[in-house]
Amino acid sequence: MNAVFDYAALFASLCFVLAMLLALLRMFLGPAAQDRVIALDTFYLNGMLTLLMLGIRSSSTVYFEMALLIALFGFASTIALAKFLLRGEVIEP
Amino acid sequence: MNGVELPLWVTIPGSLLLVAAGLLTLIGAIGLVRLPDFFMRMHPPTMGTTLGTGCVLIASMLVSSAIEGRPIIHELLITLFIVITAPVTAMLLMRAALFREERKGEGTAARLAPGGAPAREAGDAPRFADSLDKRDE
Repeated sequence: MNAVFDYAALFASLCFVLAMLLALLRMFLGPAAQDRVIALDTFYLNGMLTLLMLGIRSSSTVYFEMALLIALFGFASTIALAKFLLRGEVIEP
Repeated sequence: MNGVELPLWVTIPGSLLLVAAGLLTLIGAIGLVRLPDFFMRMHPPTMGTTLGTGCVLIASMLVSSAIEGRPIIHELLITLFIVITAPVTAMLLMRAALFREERKGEGTAARLAPGGAPAREAGDAPRFADSLDKRDE
């Protein structure tokens, strides 16, 4: 039964990588800045999921800390970019 | 899987969850590319953000618990973080997009009107962008 799980994990990884590529396409196409920001949001989240899949497939726990860090920094960067688009400045006096 | 034989109660739900997560995330990304408007494009990626991440993390919890032989739930930390931060990101981005489109004169009312943006007069209701500009006065 391990083969079934391995194929499912491989399928999920390929789906996440394909989703990353599509988000990258939207980031290049995006007519406005907010489109690029939401594409970046999708991109880092799919990267985090790919890293989690790598952790599942190699049954190692190091990847979860990395995934948590990616989620943290991605959230901070998306918030900073959205704040910049809204106010023209990230940290206001 | 490094030679570790997974039991049946992990393999079947884990595989189903992983396949579901991959399909949901991929459909979300396709929607992100194909939909014509920014406010429509806000919606599809959230499917992968919430449901896809949840499925992957539950599958990960199952697998690592089966390998270690004891319940491991530290993936809940990532789930909690994603569930808390996704609405915050979406709301801030939505506000930024509304503000920018209204300032450009291409707001929702302008796009829905057949003859383009209606002319603004002195007695009109204040725009959303104006309220943002005057917020800290």
